Amino acid sequence: MMHISTWRRVLIWLVCLGGLFFALPNLFYDRVETANDARAVIETGQTNAELEADAGLWPEWMPSGLVNLGLDLRGGAHLLAEVQVEEVYAARMEAMWPEVRDALAARRDTVGFVTREEGGDPTELRVRISNADQAAAALEIVRGLATPIQSLTGGGADDIEVRADGAEIIVTLSEAERAATDDRTIRQALEIVRRRIDEVGTREPTIQRQGEDRILIEVPGVGSAEEVKEIIGTTAQLTFQPVVSRTGDANESPGPNNEILPSLDEEGVYYILERNPVVSGEELVDAQPAFDQNGRPAVNFRFNPTGARAFGDYTAENIGSPFAIVLDEEVISAPVIQSHIPGGSGIITGNFTVEESTQLAVLLRAGALPAGLEFLEERTIGPELGADSIAAGKIAAIVGALAVIVFMILTYGLFGVFATVALTINMILIFAVLSILGATLTLPGIAGIVLTMGMAVDANVLVYERIREELKTARGPARAIDLGYEKALSAILDGNITTLITALILFLVGSGPVRGFAVTLGLGILTSVFTAIFVTRLLIVIWFERRRPKTIEV
Amino acid sequence: MRLRIVPDNTKIDFFRAARITFGASILAMIASVVLFFAMGLNFGIDFQGGTTIRTEAENPVDVAAYRQAIAPLDLGDVIITEVFDPSFGDDKNVASVRIQAQEGAEAVSAETIAAVETALQGVDPTITFPSVESVGPKVSGELIQSAIFAVLGSLVAILFYIWLRFEWQFAVGALAALVHDVVLTIGLFAAIQIKFDLAIIAALLTIVGYSINDTVVVFDRARENLRKYKTMPLRDLLNLSANETLSRTVMTSGTTLLALLALIVLGGDVIRGFVFAIFWGVLVGTYSSIYVAKNIVLMLGVKRDWDKKDDPKAGTQFANIDA
Repeated sequence: MMHISTWRRVLIWLVCLGGLFFALPNLFYDRVETANDARAVIETGQTNAELEADAGLWPEWMPSGLVNLGLDLRGGAHLLAEVQVEEVYAARMEAMWPEVRDALAARRDTVGFVTREEGGDPTELRVRISNADQAAAALEIVRGLATPIQSLTGGGADDIEVRADGAEIIVTLSEAERAATDDRTIRQALEIVRRRIDEVGTREPTIQRQGEDRILIEVPGVGSAEEVKEIIGTTAQLTFQPVVSRTGDANESPGPNNEILPSLDEEGVYYILERNPVVSGEELVDAQPAFDQNGRPAVNFRFNPTGARAFGDYTAENIGSPFAIVLDEEVISAPVIQSHIPGGSGIITGNFTVEESTQLAVLLRAGALPAGLEFLEERTIGPELGADSIAAGKIAAIVGALAVIVFMILTYGLFGVFATVALTINMILIFAVLSILGATLTLPGIAGIVLTMGMAVDANVLVYERIREELKTARGPARAIDLGYEKALSAILDGNITTLITALILFLVGSGPVRGFAVTLGLGILTSVFTAIFVTRLLIVIWFERRRPKTIEV
Repeated sequence: MRLRIVPDNTKIDFFRAARITFGASILAMIASVVLFFAMGLNFGIDFQGGTTIRTEAENPVDVAAYRQAIAPLDLGDVIITEVFDPSFGDDKNVASVRIQAQEGAEAVSAETIAAVETALQGVDPTITFPSVESVGPKVSGELIQSAIFAVLGSLVAILFYIWLRFEWQFAVGALAALVHDVVLTIGLFAAIQIKFDLAIIAALLTIVGYSINDTVVVFDRARENLRKYKTMPLRDLLNLSANETLSRTVMTSGTTLLALLALIVLGGDVIRGFVFAIFWGVLVGTYSSIYVAKNIVLMLGVKRDWDKKDDPKAGTQFANIDA
C-alpha cells in the first residue's frame, strides 16, 4: 500500500542533494565572492599570482552562484531617475528650424519673410511668415519636410505634425514619433548610465528601465547616492559652437538663434554663441586625459568621419575667428582657430586638474546623456547597517527555527523529527534556488524565510493531524498514513496556491526589498510543499519499512 | 508524552457566542475605520515623500538639541524620534530624522541633506549616518496607487480562486474574513501610529495569504463533510469542521507566531514594524477563519440539492458515517 517507486525515491534524494550542492557556496560567502571576483578579472585577460590565488579559494568544479544580497543588506545606493524626454523634442525642433527656414526662404516670393517666434513651448517650433494669406502654401512646403516613420504598426505616420495658426506655422513631433523618440532616448540613456557606472567599476550594479521613462539604478558598495549622481548625473553635453561675441553682461540680448552662456573658469565672462553647434559630442569616438604643450592637464578627443568632416570644413572656412567648446552649458574655452584642422582630432584645454581632466574624459567617452535626469527617489544604506541587519536576521532565524523544531518534536515525537529534517531540507532548497536564479535576498526577504519556517511545517501539520484522525477509524497504521496524505492533499494545495497568488502579486507590484520578500515567500511555499509531500513521506515510508510498527503514535 | 495544546475530539460550539464574537468583529472594524479617519496613518516617506536620515552616535540622543540644530535650516516639518533596540549597546544611540518633502523639488536636494548632516555633527561629532532615504512626491503618489492595487488585486484573485474551487458562499465568507483582517491591521496601525510604509503593504498581503490559508483549511474540511454527512445541519457541520481542524489551526499559528516572535525580539529595529504587522495579522487571521468566515457561510447558507430546509432535528451527529 505504502509504496514509493525506486526511481521516485532516487529523484527525491537527487533533488535534495542537488539543493545542498547549490546552496553550499553560501556557507563560504566571502571566500566564494573573492574567488568569483578574481575569476571575472582573469577572464578580462589580466592575471597575476594574487588573482590566481584568490581564484583558487573555491574549486572550479563547484557551483559558485551566490545569493545576491540586496542593498539593504550589503549597503549601497538606490536611485530612481526620470528621463526628461521633452528635452529631446525641444532639441529636435531646434534642429528642424534651419531646415524649415531654408525651405520657406526658397519660396520667399510667395510666403514672404520668415521669422521664428521664440519663448513659447520649447517642444514646438513656431514660424511666422509675413504674407499671412499664404499660410496654406507655407503649410504645404513645411509638410513636405516630413518623413514617414517606420513602425511595426506600419500606419504610415509622419514624424512631424504641421498646423497653421493665422500667419504662424507650428511644427511639433507627431504622437508616433514622440513614442519612438522616447523609446530611443530611454534606451540610449540606459546604455550611457550603464557605461558610466561600469567605468567606475563597482560590483554588480543593477541598471534597468522601469515603466515608461524611468531608470532604476542600484549600486552596491558605494558610500552615497550622491556619488552615483555625480557619476551619472552630469549630462556631459559637449558641443562646438561658433562664437559671436564676448560680454560681461549676463542679461545682454543674444539676438535671434543665438544664446548666451557663462564661461566655466572666468568669473563674469559670458559668450554669445550661435545656437546650432558645428559638431556635438555624439560624434565623438574617443577621449583621453592628456597634457597640452605647456604640461597642463587636457583632454584629447577624436571625431567620427561625419564629425571630422564638419569640423574640418568649419575650421578651414573660419581661420582667425574664435569658436567655443561648450560642456553642459558652460564655455570651457574659446580658442581662435589657428589653422584648418583635418583628421577630426583635437585637444580641450582649460584650467583642469589631472582629476578633472580624467573625469571629463570618462564622461565624454561614455557619451552624452540624450536628456537630463530628474531623481525621484534616492536611498543610501550604509554597509554597517546592512551587516547589523544580516546578523540580527541570522540570530532570529536560528532561534525561530529552534523554537519551531522543539515545538514540533514535543507535539509529534518521531514524526516531528521527520518534519524537522524536511524543514532543514526546505531551507537548503530555498537557498539553492535563490543562488541558481541569482535572486536577491533583502531584509524583508529574511523575514519571508523565517515566516516560511513557521508556515512550512503547516503542510506537515495538516498531514499529521489527518493521520491522527485516520488512526481512530482506519485499519492499521499503514492505511492511516496513506489516507492522511491523500486527504490532506487538497487542503495543502488550496491553502498554498492562495498564498502563492499573493506572493505573485507582491512580486509584480512591489519593487526592491518588497520584491525580495515576495521571492522568498513564493519559493518557500513551493519548496515546503515539495518537502512535505515528498520528503517527509519518503522518510516515513523508509522508517515504516524498516520497523514495521504495529501501532504508531503521531 | 506528547504535547497536546488542543485535546482530541473537541466539541466546541463556535456559534454559541456568535452574536458576541461577530458583534465584536464588526465593532472592531468600525473602530478601525473611525481611527483611520480620525488619527490617520503615520505614513512613511514611501507614501508621503520626504527624507529620512538615520543617525547613530556614541553619545545619548538629545532630541531637543537635534531639533534646535536643524531648526535654522527652515525645512518645515522635521520629526525626530529616538530608536530603541535591545541589541544596541551603550555607545550606540540611534535616532531617525524625518524631513518633509520640500516644495517644488522631486527629491530633497543633496545640499539640504549635507546641511542637516553638518548641523547634527555640530551637536555630536561622533554622529554617523547609516542610511539616508529620499522619495519625491511623484513616486510616493504612485506607490500609494500600486499598493492599493496590490491589496485589492490579491483580494480579487483569491476571491476568484475560492469561487472556482468552492461554492460562492465560501468565497464571500473568505473575502469577509480577509477584509476583516486587513481593516483591523490598518486600524491597529492608526491606533498606535507605527510607521506605515511599503513594507507594511507587503505585510498586509502576507496577512491576506496567511489568513486565506487558514480559512481554506477549514473550508476544505467543510466541503469534505458536506459530502460525508448529507443531512447534518449546516451549523453543526461547520462546527464539526472547525473542531476537526482546530488542532492544526492552533499548531500552525503557534509555529508561525513562534518564528515571528523570534524576529520581533531579535530581528533588529529596521523590520520590527513589518514583523509586528504580520504577527498581529496571524492572530486576527486565525480568529477570523474560525469566527468570521464560517459565520458568513452559515448566514448565506450552502445550497445542498438534497436539503430543502435546514431542519435541526434531521439526523444526529455521525448518523451518516460512510465506511
